[in-house]
Amino acid sequence: MTTYGRGLRGLSLATIATISTALVLVFFYAPLDADQGFVQKIFYLHVPLAIVSLCGFVFGALLAVGHLRTGDRRWDMRSYVAIHMALIFGVAGLITGSIWAKASWGHWWVWNEPTLVSFLIVLLLFATYQPMRFSIEDPERQARYASVFAVLAGAFVPLNFIAVRLAQQYVHPRILTLGGGNLPGSMRLTFIVALIGIALLYATLWKYEMAAKDARMRVRRLRRAVLGEDALAPLGRSAAPS
Amino acid sequence: MSVFAVSPALAPGKAAPYVIAAYIVFLALVLVYVAIMAKRLRSTERDLEALGREIGADRDDERDEVAA
Amino acid sequence: MNTVLTILRKDLRLELRTFETIPSMVLFSLASFVIFHFALNRATIEGQLAAGVLTATLLFAAMLAVNRLFVAEREQGGFDAFLLAPVDRTALLLAKASALFIFLVVLEVVAVPAFALLLLGPSLGPALIGIVAVVALVDVALAVIGTLVSAIAIHTRARDLIGPVVALPLLIPALIACARALGPLLQTHASGSPPAKWLAILALYDVVFALLAYAVFDFLLED
Repeated sequence: MTTYGRGLRGLSLATIATISTALVLVFFYAPLDADQGFVQKIFYLHVPLAIVSLCGFVFGALLAVGHLRTGDRRWDMRSYVAIHMALIFGVAGLITGSIWAKASWGHWWVWNEPTLVSFLIVLLLFATYQPMRFSIEDPERQARYASVFAVLAGAFVPLNFIAVRLAQQYVHPRILTLGGGNLPGSMRLTFIVALIGIALLYATLWKYEMAAKDARMRVRRLRRAVLGEDALAPLGRSAAPS
Repeated sequence: MSVFAVSPALAPGKAAPYVIAAYIVFLALVLVYVAIMAKRLRSTERDLEALGREIGADRDDERDEVAA
Repeated sequence: MNTVLTILRKDLRLELRTFETIPSMVLFSLASFVIFHFALNRATIEGQLAAGVLTATLLFAAMLAVNRLFVAEREQGGFDAFLLAPVDRTALLLAKASALFIFLVVLEVVAVPAFALLLLGPSLGPALIGIVAVVALVDVALAVIGTLVSAIAIHTRARDLIGPVVALPLLIPALIACARALGPLLQTHASGSPPAKWLAILALYDVVFALLAYAVFDFLLED
């Protein structure tokens, strides 16, 4: 059985180092944006959060495919944690995006920023993952249906972005293009370091959560093995295959 | 549709609160997560202790039975 | 194919005998139009606003049908019977999606003229073919995603809640395309041809989700 705790310390140290470097770069190295000024610094936090969140959803979808193909519910647990974590990062991305919108354009929400809107829609979809999943009683079925949902929702992410982008005809000229568009070198470096930092944070937290769930599952198994089935307290909401 | 006000970006003085707020939100979320994990870890530790006690008790009973 | 037709016939016959779903959808749509009249405080609407009202109403009426789609199977052991039969499992997906599509078409045959009568300013005539094309493509999206979501929701505890709540975000791109495509068609001097971009997006969305549904439906039926 895999131990998720192994390598976790190294990973967290790498995360701390990268994020600290990113913070230093953001506030002491990256130049001020000509258009947006100091407010643009939020961009180094908001965009990596959004990108990592979306990748997390796709990662969760891939893990779900693993579950559907093998029937091993540990894949489903990994998928669950990936999606759960990506949702949290996504909410953080949405909040920081809203703060950025307020500081840049004076409104807490703007409909003409297609990335923000697509992101809201994706979050609305994945927010239904947990309620849907935990309202299915049978654990096998729950895992299977959750995986099906994860796959559908993961496929939905790119489709959604394309559709919303096409729907936004009135694109504000100042809106950031993510495709490495017009960022000068120093900004690009800072952005990449920030992106790596947030991605490492995601990986660390994923591993951390998996280790905690795995440990809890093992304690239950031990308890069942030693004391018998009736010594087990009911589990409540859990994606762990106990 | 372009009815939203094109306000010029805030000067560093006025913008700083927003930037700081954004980074604080991020930090707060991470710390909340750490707190939740700490609570879960405590509960797992308690389960392990309870398990250890029950196993120890069983083993003591067994030893007593064998001895008797 | 025979299996698909058999199940489809069963569902249509069931609907004809009990009149559960379609009349509710129609009544709901008509009531929605009345509500929109008062909510918007307008005698007539046109253009993008009309497209939005029509799209939203169709969506919510479709959710009614989605909630009822697998209820009979669930309550009367239809799933077990189907799993025991030596047939291709995706036949159920095809049959149910076709049934839902037919329900939606019947709904629209009543609701769209009612919409033209009650709320729409410009006449439907010149743009009718374009409207039919757009609505048909949206119906495919509603049918495929509705069937998938219904199959997921039927096994949950709160099935009437989970169904719409999961379906709505999944349907947003298709509904964006529908509303944007209908906008120019419902204007006073409509050209009669829907914008090709949105038709293409709708078609693409339909194809992608149909393939996904086909790939994934088996897993929903396993015991």
